[in-house]
Amino acid sequence: MADAGDPHEEILLAPIERTGPGFYWAVALLGVLIAWGAVAYWAQFTSGLGVTGLHQPVGWGFYVTNFVFFIGISHAGTLISAILRLSKAEWRRPITRMAEVITCMVIFIGAGQILVDLGRPDRIMNVIRHGRYQSPLLWDATSISAYLTASLTYLYLPMIPDIAILRDRLGKRKLLYSVLALGWTGTEHQQRVLNRAIAVMAVLVIPIAVSVHSVVSFVFSMTLQPSWHSTIFGPYFVVGAIFSGIAGLIVTMIIFRRAYRLHYYLKPIHFRYLGQLLLIMALLWFYFTFAEYLTGYYGAEPEELKVFWAKFSGPFWPFFWTMVLCNFAIPLLCLVNLKRHTVGKVLVASLSVLLGMWLERFIIVVPTLSLPRLPFPEGIYWPTWVEWGETAGSFGLFALFYLLFTKFFPIVSIWEIREGREMALREVEERIASYLPGGAEGES
Amino acid sequence: MALWGMVIDLDRCTGCQACVMACKAENNIPAVGMKEAHKERVISWMQVLTETGEDQHGAKMRFIPRPCLQCDDPPCTKVCPVYATYRNPEGIVAQIYARCIGCRFCMAACPYNAKYFNWHTYQKEAPGQNPDVSLREKGVVEKCTFCHHRLQRARERASAEKREFDPAEYVPACAEACPAQAIVFGDLSDPASEVAKLAHSPRAFRLLEELGTKPKVFYLTEGEAGG
Ligand code: SF4
Ligand code: SF4
Repeated sequence: MADAGDPHEEILLAPIERTGPGFYWAVALLGVLIAWGAVAYWAQFTSGLGVTGLHQPVGWGFYVTNFVFFIGISHAGTLISAILRLSKAEWRRPITRMAEVITCMVIFIGAGQILVDLGRPDRIMNVIRHGRYQSPLLWDATSISAYLTASLTYLYLPMIPDIAILRDRLGKRKLLYSVLALGWTGTEHQQRVLNRAIAVMAVLVIPIAVSVHSVVSFVFSMTLQPSWHSTIFGPYFVVGAIFSGIAGLIVTMIIFRRAYRLHYYLKPIHFRYLGQLLLIMALLWFYFTFAEYLTGYYGAEPEELKVFWAKFSGPFWPFFWTMVLCNFAIPLLCLVNLKRHTVGKVLVASLSVLLGMWLERFIIVVPTLSLPRLPFPEGIYWPTWVEWGETAGSFGLFALFYLLFTKFFPIVSIWEIREGREMALREVEERIASYLPGGAEGES
Repeated sequence: MALWGMVIDLDRCTGCQACVMACKAENNIPAVGMKEAHKERVISWMQVLTETGEDQHGAKMRFIPRPCLQCDDPPCTKVCPVYATYRNPEGIVAQIYARCIGCRFCMAACPYNAKYFNWHTYQKEAPGQNPDVSLREKGVVEKCTFCHHRLQRARERASAEKREFDPAEYVPACAEACPAQAIVFGDLSDPASEVAKLAHSPRAFRLLEELGTKPKVFYLTEGEAGG
């Protein structure tokens, strides 16, 4: 097992073995963002949420938007990887690990947004001590914890053979790798057990992931408020989550492909396939958005219309139309033809979707709150440096976690690529033969 | 069991804000200061909403005093993750400041915007404050409770004097202060009470009744004469 199967594998181990100046620059940059976030949070912690731009009636703003956004990004990993594994998409092999790491890292950041949003973070334990299961917030806490547990397991299991490689090949951190490798030697029995476990987790993780984002949407849709109280919200949020998740995955892949020279592993074909997935999600997103707004408009309930017009032509129009541009027009233009300049086009589309999906979350949270039903003064919400700082810090923290992960573990699954090379070719050939009429009888 | 409710006669309301001031004094509601007020952070458990409507002779102001409506099916208590806000057996929606985690979910859920958040530490212990009303720290939500402490006090007095508690002894500060006597308070479950009678009058309506929140604050429409 210890022998190098492929000279290119060195590329995958290089970031763990050596650390270049680029790493320190990146950490320094992220450190600045995180420091900004920390100062912002400290200011808020000591003097109260009043340092933010929130007010009456807009009690939720950036933090809740970030929460929904980050939890959405978390769907990149585990869910996409599980779907690709179960559908035996062979091209998945170099990208599943990257995807799964996103999930595990981002869930912490996402859940942390709620802590940041609380007026009394010191009382967070009340949620456990006096938890009230009738509240959608408790449903959130439950399904997010379940998702985190499942995702960590699902990330860890396929890492075991790779950790064993590190244990055998690397001079440093022997203890850590030995413990984490759980005595893996790669016997046939071990492999069977591992594959079974991965398959079980892959199946398990999909409903949990769907539940997570449905429940996040329930925080809004369970209330009576105009343009929140909607049955479409569950599926709409799930679609949006996968949409932004894929975009997040693509951006991550492109960054690490560049930084760690993974061109040998991440080829244009991967980006083309992911780009096509992204395009499908863009169309789906458009369909859901259209269905949601058309229903509201046609029903013409006055309260609903107030929010509707505020988004279409009222004070929120710049956000709304930028969202449509970013989530639909730009991806469509970039992704319909991926024959040439694949990576560049996919990157532009992904960045645009990330911005667009953040705006979508914002456009869901804020306009409804800022248009009370009774004749109150209506206020728009302007975030302060504190909210910007916390947002920057959250992104920084996520990137730092991710970067540190790549310093400890290979970001592309070594054994799965080997397996692909050694066994999958034959298997795929057999499988295809079994699909074809008159071909060899596969497992029936 | 009593079911405390309120009837506000919009015909009598002059928009004088006496109820607002009485409520603030009674419940130690902090003055948030100019800067905070400009940021829309005024706390006012009782708030007089103004609406300009049209009638035959041109523009007309309408005043709607709005306390917490003490909904019988309150959307705010449904969503609270920690039982920090709940409807008590007598129908008053209470708020436990010491438990609230400040998630503001209840604020997002209340269609009447009757809940207020302490963005900073606004309220400090100071002489002249009502000792019956607890201090609110930063980061918690607060709201009108129909001056619940007055009910407790009235009950205690009755039991100290060894007699039945008379619902007439319990009146919230706003109702007491209203110079136009536009606010009538009492036990809705007692059909003989004035508040129950008024709540059944043909002029009675409830705010956003269509939402099914079943508010226990009723309003009487302005008379045909047009105020
Ligand atoms: S008016 Fe608002 S705060 Fe008062 S009980 Fe109803 S929902 Fe709750
Ligand atoms: S802000 Fe306080 S009372 Fe309101 S839902 Fe949250 S914990 Fe409950």
